[in-house]
Amino acid sequence: MRDVYVVSGGVSKFAKARPDVTFQPMVKEAYDYALNDIGLDFKQGAELIDGSVASYFSDHFARQLMSGAMVQDYLGLCPKPNKRIEGGGATGGLCFQAGWEAVASGRFDICAAFGWETMSHVNTWKGNEFIALASDVSFDYPVGGFYSGYYAMMVTRHMKEYGTTVEQLALVSVKNHNNAFFNPYAQKRMKIKIEDVRKSAMVAWPLTMLDICVMSDGAAAVIFANEEGIKKIEKASGKRLKPTKVTGVGSGMDAMRMADRPHGKVTLLPHEKAADYKNLKYPGVHSFRSGRYASKMAYEMAKITDPVKQIDFVELHDAYTSSEVQTYEDMGLCKYGEGGKFVESGAPFMPGLDYGYKFPRQGLIPVNPSGGLIACGHPVGATGLMQAVFAHWQLQGSIKKHFKDATLQVKNAKRGVIHSHAGTGTYVTVSILEKGF
Amino acid sequence: MAKEKKYFKLPETDEGTILFNVPFPKDLSQLKGMAPIVIKQPYQIDYLHSYGQDSPFFAGLANGKLLSTKCSSCGYTYGTPRLHCMYCGSECDWFELPREGKIHAFTVCYFGSEAFLKETPFALILVEWPGVDSLFLARLVNIDPAKASTDWIGMKVRSQFRRNAKFTPTDVYFVPA
Ligand SMILES: [Zn+2]
Repeated sequence: MRDVYVVSGGVSKFAKARPDVTFQPMVKEAYDYALNDIGLDFKQGAELIDGSVASYFSDHFARQLMSGAMVQDYLGLCPKPNKRIEGGGATGGLCFQAGWEAVASGRFDICAAFGWETMSHVNTWKGNEFIALASDVSFDYPVGGFYSGYYAMMVTRHMKEYGTTVEQLALVSVKNHNNAFFNPYAQKRMKIKIEDVRKSAMVAWPLTMLDICVMSDGAAAVIFANEEGIKKIEKASGKRLKPTKVTGVGSGMDAMRMADRPHGKVTLLPHEKAADYKNLKYPGVHSFRSGRYASKMAYEMAKITDPVKQIDFVELHDAYTSSEVQTYEDMGLCKYGEGGKFVESGAPFMPGLDYGYKFPRQGLIPVNPSGGLIACGHPVGATGLMQAVFAHWQLQGSIKKHFKDATLQVKNAKRGVIHSHAGTGTYVTVSILEKGF
Repeated sequence: MAKEKKYFKLPETDEGTILFNVPFPKDLSQLKGMAPIVIKQPYQIDYLHSYGQDSPFFAGLANGKLLSTKCSSCGYTYGTPRLHCMYCGSECDWFELPREGKIHAFTVCYFGSEAFLKETPFALILVEWPGVDSLFLARLVNIDPAKASTDWIGMKVRSQFRRNAKFTPTDVYFVPA
């Protein structure tokens, strides 16, 4: 396998609706930004890029099949190859890894990955219905198909098993919304407190409106290259690139129906012992086995044995505050059962930022410095790539340039992890990026 | 000929497009200001869904029996049926689940997908049974949604069946036992 680098990225500002454009120009906004940031114009991009991978989730939302082909022609990339990647909420994360594969395999020297979703074409309730079709339509969907309900069931079990509280969950929302206040790309930029989360409308007990991400229209693009590809871009642009290296790639799966998940033994990470989890039935419905498997695979590849010490920040898939807490545990940022205490300690908050609370361990390992899905929005196919773009900028130290504000820059970040997640933990991807210049 | 042309008209209908806005510039160089035009398009289908190998489950519900499957080879016992065992690949056999089980996890939905919005608030539970290795998703009824608490987990629940089966998994529902 060849070394693969992320050389550039771009994101359209996520919005509740983008009736001003169809999806192609929206993708072009992100793609043009990525090209421009490495000094390439549209024609140079079309010449240098060997092929692309497209990330979009729902044919129901789009009511347009083969949207990928329409983006490819809009970006002037025909007749070069393109293919679609799809895996629910993790579509973007899977697409990121497909871009990596295309370059690692030697097929392409330079590969573009772009993702988008236009979710505003139906009302929220119809949108929830479309999303719930990503659950078993014989056994799960007809019982009350609603993803917020599925995740809520998982967290009631987490609460029962470990004593996790709704206030601990709310802290995730406080953190991510307050972070997003400094991210101009975010859809929801609000300074909120625990009470605001608990007082907002109940959606699926115990999750309220502010525990849950919103639907969005948006796009993101990432450009990958190997060393040869970087040389070609630098020659064409006359600019020295600041690439980040993809050092770990992992992904995992679990059964579509939550009811089918096993109640067995924990998959251990290098810093854990079987004795840590003597009576734990795993993953049950309180944990994501796929997230643990993906983390383990990516950590092994990147030679990470102590995640909290060896990772500088994480952008993870917080479609729900509860799934962020569950994911701390899957990724080994804390032990299973300690996710609630982990957020309460302040560990995943940004250091030095005032959230209106005092935390004993604030800033230990910032999680979702960008504001995550909860605050940035979740245009499904774009989200996983958006995380890659934000992580790339963190590692470049270029947050100030792109956000016009340095508040969210993680100081001296050398290694970041992105995590994408679908359907109550069916598909999960974990990818590791490191400063590569 | 000319007369015919004058009186010919397409029949008027009242279905079709709902147009929300039609801006138009005086000067064609300003045409880009015409966007966006947003139209409404219906999108409805009747879909024939076969329950295939899972059909006996629905036949069971229509006859007041909650059925699932057990692996004929490794003995894994499923709370939600599947024809082939995901641990050994062998074919499973049908069996009847007990009437009484316990709540493993739950929620109360105050919002939902369009199809279920009018039924809110409704409670969803995952049911567990001793000796059964996996769970079953169902509705919990006859309970006060305002009293939701993690104390509900572990509560004994009992299956009941719709007399007029709709051939959906909600033909079975649970009540506190
Ligand atoms: Zn078996």
